[in-house]
Amino acid sequence: MREVQAAEITKAVRDLFIDANCNLGVDVLAAFDRAIEKDESSVAKEVIRELKENARIARDEQSPICQDTGLAVLFVEIGQDVHVVGGDLKAAINEGVKKGYGEGYLRKSACHPFTRANTKDNTPAVIHFDIVPGDRVRIVAVPKGGGAENMSRVDMLSPSAGLEGIKDFVVKRIEASGSNPCPPTVVGVGIGGTFERSALLAKKALMRKIGERNADPELAKVEVEVLARINKLGIGPMGYGGNTTSLDVFFEVEPCHIASLPVAVNVQCHAARHKEAVI
Amino acid sequence: MAEIKLKTPLTDQDVEKLRIGDKVLLTGVIYTGRDAAHKRLFDLIEAGKELPVDIRGQVIYYVGPAPAKPGKPIGSAGPTTSYRMDAFAPKLMELGLKGMIGKGNRGADVVEAMKRFKAVYFGATGGAGALLARSIKKAETIAYEDLGPEAIQRLEVEDFPVVVINDTKGNDLYVEGAKKYRKP
Repeated sequence: MREVQAAEITKAVRDLFIDANCNLGVDVLAAFDRAIEKDESSVAKEVIRELKENARIARDEQSPICQDTGLAVLFVEIGQDVHVVGGDLKAAINEGVKKGYGEGYLRKSACHPFTRANTKDNTPAVIHFDIVPGDRVRIVAVPKGGGAENMSRVDMLSPSAGLEGIKDFVVKRIEASGSNPCPPTVVGVGIGGTFERSALLAKKALMRKIGERNADPELAKVEVEVLARINKLGIGPMGYGGNTTSLDVFFEVEPCHIASLPVAVNVQCHAARHKEAVI
Repeated sequence: MAEIKLKTPLTDQDVEKLRIGDKVLLTGVIYTGRDAAHKRLFDLIEAGKELPVDIRGQVIYYVGPAPAKPGKPIGSAGPTTSYRMDAFAPKLMELGLKGMIGKGNRGADVVEAMKRFKAVYFGATGGAGALLARSIKKAETIAYEDLGPEAIQRLEVEDFPVVVINDTKGNDLYVEGAKKYRKP
């Protein structure tokens, strides 16, 4: 049994949220460069140049890329040979969120659903735990903004809809989202499991790096095909028109019930932020 | 793309000459307001009470900024998605609001109100909060401090870059832009 101090987890969570919010991934920046080269619209090119410049300023000043620094979502994988000591694990994670959002000058966006009263420290975090082999703790911090999250949907399709029905559902969802989720977006698609499992798969899909294809060659082909269909919609960066509506599409698939075909689309804005640490 | 410099507050003449796709650099005072602040303004209007700001000629920026670091007027400050303010926007335009800054599509009622009351909807680049904050020189909370990032702030801006999405003629840049680049 390896012991991990709760305080170490708090520190890691704090640092990850500040890092994720201020330093855009190099995969996203490279995708911006490809879009500037390929998009037919001069307005689209200009918008993406602004996004690049914005990312540079954020990195230089260590200020957030976007003022919507998100609800704090975390994927936490705990090795089964790890023993957390010196405090309550969930409390330690929430303390890290509180510190990160406070000390990092990040916006606190968590509020009560009815009264809309702000919780003032961006807690509680949305934490997805998993138990895995080994003696490490892997933490992925995902600040998730509201604008793109609002465009996300789950549907329970009829199995007869098949793969074509799934593709149509994804493309129509992005078309209906229009300019709202800050395109160019990244699209996470979760298929299978149950109602809630599909949504979780869709969010997990967003943890991939831009350009990272599904290991299954058939699904990899589907991802490329759906991305091409989305980029023919013409929505473009910020919805001003262009060929870059999404930067990538990621599918994650698991078996489902014989009566069901759950499909979830989780929309991510171009500020595709996620950073990880292993303790 | 035309680039037009405008000073706030805006007049009917200022907004009537704008067309979709125009790039506008705004200088002067603008006010922040998003979900919760709009709800409170609307409740005051319903109750026949005075608003904390005289909105005639003004521009509202749908934004909930990040906290300011020491020595800075404001934190990152890009637009939030506008459709959530659609229920309140026509009434504010009726009372004299001339401009809204946000991102994302507006409802048919809002587009119609822009024609009727002579107002425009500007888009700022969503997710470019660090860049846009550079055009904000001063920020002061003037109402609803308890709402935190949703409080109403008075911003002094210089050459704040926006694009006209909906003009006073009922045109929509989102519709026209997508039409131009859509492929079979």
